[in-house]
Amino acid sequence: MPKVKLPFNPLLALMAGLAALFFIFPLIGLIAGAPWGHIGTVITSQTAVQALELSIVASLASTAIALAFGFPLAWVLARKKFHGKGVLRGLTTLPMVLPPVVGGIALLLAYGRRGFIGRPLESATGITLPFTLAGVVVAESFVAMPFFVITVESGLRSMNRRLEDAARSLGAPRRTVFLRVTLPLIWPSLAAGTVLTWARALGEFGATITFAGNLPGVTQTMPLAIYISQSSNMTDEAIALSLILVVVSLVVMVFRRDRPGEG
Amino acid sequence: MLEADIQLRLSRLNLDAAFTVAPGEVLALLGPNGSGKSTTLRALVGLLPLTGGRVVLDGRVLEDPARRVRVAPEKRPIALMFQDYLLFPHMSAVENVAFGLRCRGTDKRTAREKAASSLARLGLDAVAEARPGSMSGGQQQRVAMARALVTDPKLLLLDEPLAALDVSIKTSVRRLLREVLNNSNVANVLVTHDLLDAVALGDRMIVIEDGAIVQSGTPAEVTARPRSPYVADLTGVNLLRGTARGTTLELDGGGRLSCASATAGPVFAVIAPERVSIARHRPERQEEEQNNWPGQVSAVDLMGDRVRVHVDGTPAITAEVRPAVVDELKLDDGGEVWASVSPSDISVYPV
Repeated sequence: MPKVKLPFNPLLALMAGLAALFFIFPLIGLIAGAPWGHIGTVITSQTAVQALELSIVASLASTAIALAFGFPLAWVLARKKFHGKGVLRGLTTLPMVLPPVVGGIALLLAYGRRGFIGRPLESATGITLPFTLAGVVVAESFVAMPFFVITVESGLRSMNRRLEDAARSLGAPRRTVFLRVTLPLIWPSLAAGTVLTWARALGEFGATITFAGNLPGVTQTMPLAIYISQSSNMTDEAIALSLILVVVSLVVMVFRRDRPGEG
Repeated sequence: MLEADIQLRLSRLNLDAAFTVAPGEVLALLGPNGSGKSTTLRALVGLLPLTGGRVVLDGRVLEDPARRVRVAPEKRPIALMFQDYLLFPHMSAVENVAFGLRCRGTDKRTAREKAASSLARLGLDAVAEARPGSMSGGQQQRVAMARALVTDPKLLLLDEPLAALDVSIKTSVRRLLREVLNNSNVANVLVTHDLLDAVALGDRMIVIEDGAIVQSGTPAEVTARPRSPYVADLTGVNLLRGTARGTTLELDGGGRLSCASATAGPVFAVIAPERVSIARHRPERQEEEQNNWPGQVSAVDLMGDRVRVHVDGTPAITAEVRPAVVDELKLDDGGEVWASVSPSDISVYPV
């Protein structure tokens, strides 16, 4: 079939081009402004290494939490019928639109040392969350898990559930149906949800600094370290650390890209 | 031997159908959309719990709500072939067919070998490693057939097995299906809304409407003596209902017909449309017992090389005539015509 050549629309091209440049210029700025001369020493400094380690540990931990708890939640939202489901979905996905700093304050009021959950938790177990690595994970989970829930829920909704009927009629017990039919069929949304959640957790700033504070080596993740460097006039360090996050995010975006024709 | 008494109360449908199917027999379940045919299959395979009745297969009670017996779907020796096949899109044809064997405890290698050879028997060697998405409709249908049959079920349920196929390959697939069904010792229940499938594949048929069985018998019996407008429509005959007094038939919707044989009480009367003649004027040479009545031409449809003329009179009737007659009588213009039927062309049987 011959390709239909669409007429060239100069206005469309101009606006689309400006939009693309709008995203490309800041990247160029980062690359051009990086302290290439001594970048090695900057990114191997103790602050940078500690922050990167913390970031990776905390973001992976909150991704694991999203998988463990977010999947059951997505399943319930997609499969079960009950009153108030819409409200429940709204509440659990609210952090996606809530300013993260507001989330941080809300977390303090619930799970902080004087929070209505945090206080009994401390007196019962001695565990406190704020200003600890666990607090970082809590803050990141609060902000990032909704991305997992919403992606997996939509995957569960869009799969053909009658394929599960077919599997059962062929003699598969529920466990086998789940492992051999449901899971492979929702795999793309599961993968996308995991990557999105991890990326969101990696970049978390507002809720983390509010709830877990900014203790180098304990709760200072990459975004916090970047912010501190920038505000204390250590621009070189801020740019170098930012570049690391840019590289990580780019890798994630490449993985996240939908590959049509598969599955 | 399947002994089924399916009672299901659903929001849109009250299903109540009892039937038996012997090993090697094909029972065709015929009915309009939403009549409860597919629901019956889902209940038999155990995907919908019964509210009453019971399902017994080869003497084993699979479900009996009154005695709280309910065997899980995966534990029933029943295979269901779905209308849209429901092949697993993430598995190759071989994996699809091997799935049921693996679930029923066959080891991986044997399952693959059995699956591959059953695909080969259906002429599918070439697509054995392909995924369903890259196969034609006919190939998918045969993979679904192999997947259903490979586990050696005692009962095979087929939900509209030919409905999703192109007309061009329907005939050959129907022939293949008949071979497969005839050569097995499995009890088969086939759901269809296509009379041809029911007649070609079914040893016996049940007509189901609004969740209840309205007629059952061999395909020949059912089509010769339709008992509902639905069956009459499928076979294309005129079905009238009335009360007989000797050879006179008082029709329920008004009108009176003379028939050849004497009966009494409520009856059905069937008139083949090709036995109905149409004239523009009242026939002058009035034969003694000939039935004549006037009506308006309400529709004219071309069916192959014949034309069906619907006449809105008392009773309303459909006649089948040659295209030349339409031309000659200018039936396209509508207007009044006279229908006539010989008493010997009316077949009467009790309600």
